[in-house]
Amino acid sequence: MHDVKTEVALDSAWSGGKSPFAIGSKKLGMWLFIVADTLTFSALLITYSYSRLTIPDLPKPFPINPAIIFSTTMTIVLLFSSLTMVMAVMAAHRNDRKKTVIWMVLTMLGGLIFTGLHLTEWMNMIFKEHFTIVSNPEGSPLFGAVFFGITGLHMTHVMIGVIYLAIVAIGYGRGKFSAEDVEVNGLYWHFVDLVWMFVFPLIYLMSVKY
Amino acid sequence: MSAEEHVIHEHGASVGTNVLVWGGLVAITFFEVFLAYMELPSGTMLTLLVCLSLIKAGLIMSWFMHLKFEKFSLVLLLVPAMIFCICMMFIFFFPEAFRLLEMRPH
Repeated sequence: MHDVKTEVALDSAWSGGKSPFAIGSKKLGMWLFIVADTLTFSALLITYSYSRLTIPDLPKPFPINPAIIFSTTMTIVLLFSSLTMVMAVMAAHRNDRKKTVIWMVLTMLGGLIFTGLHLTEWMNMIFKEHFTIVSNPEGSPLFGAVFFGITGLHMTHVMIGVIYLAIVAIGYGRGKFSAEDVEVNGLYWHFVDLVWMFVFPLIYLMSVKY
Repeated sequence: MSAEEHVIHEHGASVGTNVLVWGGLVAITFFEVFLAYMELPSGTMLTLLVCLSLIKAGLIMSWFMHLKFEKFSLVLLLVPAMIFCICMMFIFFFPEAFRLLEMRPH
């Protein structure tokens, strides 16, 4: 026999066998990963912003035309892929497997276009403007390290996201994965989009060459 | 469709609302680009851009990531700890970065 206090404790949401957050373990795991990864990107972006304000000769290598127009296009592409991901999750909750896979393929396409544009920009910076991770012709060499470090880490997330989408789309299409798997995949993809919403203004718009 | 999936679907926003949120995100992005044309001082520009990005992050987390429709206990688990950690990083940022900005030759 338990006393009254113990019975109340066992009956609470924290006693096990219940879900205090009313979500599955996969979704909770993804949210915890997102919080951890947010802090990684925050540390990098805060370091970059600090450098931008304090180092007088940190280069500003992006003219409005073409660099900012180019990176704005990349932003719109990534935002569009977030909308298609929302549609995929909605279709998955309607149990419409065919439409879910179509929306996920469109999301992957958005991710691939974004990566392609990003790599084009990198190639232009490295081979035409001679920016490297340790040096550049316009000022403090720190710029290359923070620029390629932050955008490279983000691009890696996008590429992993595309692979993740492909795996979940195939699995969901074959009936092996559930709607929750698609939703957890969606959380990751929106997070990648969310990070870019900070990278774009802080890295590009703070470095406009007038 | 299981009962749990049904609940999630019921709580999610409609297609129209999601498209509206997406339109808001695109509009804020264009406003940020417009700000870049204005040639504002670095400190002002940084403050404005961070504020606008936080609004965008809030929109994405609330609607696209469904946090608005989750139990509030989940929000309490995730958000305050994250904000606390980011604030701890900013302790080094605010006094020093702006002091050094003032010391830069103009």
